[in-house]
Amino acid sequence: MGMTITEKILAAHSDKETVEPGEFIDARVDRLMVHDGGWSTLGVFEQIGADRVWDRDRLVLCPDHSIPPNNISSANQIKDERDFARKHKITHFIEMGRGGIAHAVMVEEGLILPGELGIATDSHTCTYGGVGAFSAGTGSTDAAAVMALGTIWLKVPPSIKFVYHGRLPDGVYGKDLILYTIGQIGVDGARYQAMEFTGEAITALPMSGRFTMANMAIEAGAKNGIVPPDATTIGYANARADRSFTPYQSDPDARYAAVYEWDVSKLRPQVAFPFSPGNVRPIDDAGEVTIDQAFLGSCTNGWVDDLRVAANLLKGKKVNPNVRLLVIPATQKVYGEAMREGLLDILLEAGGAICTPNCGPCPGRHMGILGDNERCISTSNRNFVGRMGPRSSEVYLASPAVVAASAIKGRLASPEEVI
Amino acid sequence: MVITGKVWKFGDNIDTDRIAPGQYSTEATEVQAQHCLEGADPDFTKKAKPGDIIVAGKNFGCGSSRERAPQCIKDFGISAIVASYYSRIFTRSSINIGLPILECADAAEKINEGDTVEIDLDSGVIKDLTNGEVLMASQFPPFLQSLIQAGGLVNYTRKKLGKEPLAK
Repeated sequence: MGMTITEKILAAHSDKETVEPGEFIDARVDRLMVHDGGWSTLGVFEQIGADRVWDRDRLVLCPDHSIPPNNISSANQIKDERDFARKHKITHFIEMGRGGIAHAVMVEEGLILPGELGIATDSHTCTYGGVGAFSAGTGSTDAAAVMALGTIWLKVPPSIKFVYHGRLPDGVYGKDLILYTIGQIGVDGARYQAMEFTGEAITALPMSGRFTMANMAIEAGAKNGIVPPDATTIGYANARADRSFTPYQSDPDARYAAVYEWDVSKLRPQVAFPFSPGNVRPIDDAGEVTIDQAFLGSCTNGWVDDLRVAANLLKGKKVNPNVRLLVIPATQKVYGEAMREGLLDILLEAGGAICTPNCGPCPGRHMGILGDNERCISTSNRNFVGRMGPRSSEVYLASPAVVAASAIKGRLASPEEVI
Repeated sequence: MVITGKVWKFGDNIDTDRIAPGQYSTEATEVQAQHCLEGADPDFTKKAKPGDIIVAGKNFGCGSSRERAPQCIKDFGISAIVASYYSRIFTRSSINIGLPILECADAAEKINEGDTVEIDLDSGVIKDLTNGEVLMASQFPPFLQSLIQAGGLVNYTRKKLGKEPLAK
């Protein structure tokens, strides 16, 4: 019986020939990432009482939620991580100004490669599936145990295969594909399962779009999302790898809990309405929804491709007087690339506020918190009650193109309206 | 161990931002406990008392991996959660930190807000002492039971490292 790519990676990391969905395994972790949101991991590691971190080269400490620190307690939490890194001689402590949003840094720097197994203290750890790795988020206590042992218990998830037929129309992106998918299957439609993204539309997606899709697998409740590696993946990985890696493919006779096939050649831009990433409708059915803020950034859509899409629409235009546009490149590298390409000039001229790479307002901590009854159109991944501000505030999720168009129009708008 | 408490009910898909709002993310744990579930019910911590029990629908704890979500519920003093089912990360983290969670498909339908419920955490028998309903929680797989019996992942890992368990 064949295995899926997810099962193959898990088998290889638990020294087994095969694994079955539902089986409990003790898996070797290639890379563990802890950001400042997972700061309490350090305290739990002390409670566990291990003498040392299992492998100082395999732990990545990358503060990204509150950089630069927005209050004394976040400054002290990041200081604790910095002190920990010095004490334990951790190879990869990624200081602000040299990294950015941890998930983007992980893939951009080749800290996680195809076929590897990554764990991190963040639900969007599933992003690394974009490069053909197995990756899943955990809480701080799980991360602390990995820090001590280098292994983690995992239940092998059943896989769901998604086949996207056809070529995406202009102005429609990976973000629209994943929003459409979550809208179809629901926010627990892939609970405890692996989402495997395949088909012509995926093959044509750039790495940024694949990361966007894998990133939001958690919003359907998935354990991991994964795009089986192809020539695009291998080119990306080879340009970053300082070690050998093993790309895996699903067998033709692999077992799937479900297979969804959609023709996406006529897909329209999608928007998730409050207060669920599964509350999705095409932009054409959005109606008149005015906005106060537009946010372009996050681990979902802070890539240079995303800034380019937005800049192309905003070139020579102005952000609506009633709207604030926040632009936060995912990483320092993205920031530099966007600067050299002239994208930041365009966004600045349009009236955008450009901030240093960090998670920004997405988790509701700082840099763009909403006021009472305010609405934000956002390229991020969650629109729960109170996500970016008070309970009365609202977040709408969409692609960078829809966010840019909406920033110009002052209301939810389709990219075609501003071309 | 048998616990008894008053029930507070919540619906489906109660996400981690409603359980542990982002605005309190860098506050001290005791402050976070006083805001637990504020996004779902702003008055929850004013009405509920330590020892009370939460009964919820499906996919409780979906969203973020913030361990503050189960932790703030535990720190407030909630003695157990009974839900149809939980998100994956919330399940792991609750077991890891020793917050009793039970999966019971019928609980949200059969148990009413304000009822007094008795739960045998070992057998999984849930008795609604107010309306007489008796329900059974599903059994966790043996591996998870061993983790629960060890008192959570810290002591489980200490054992693996040959260290004595910490007192609860």
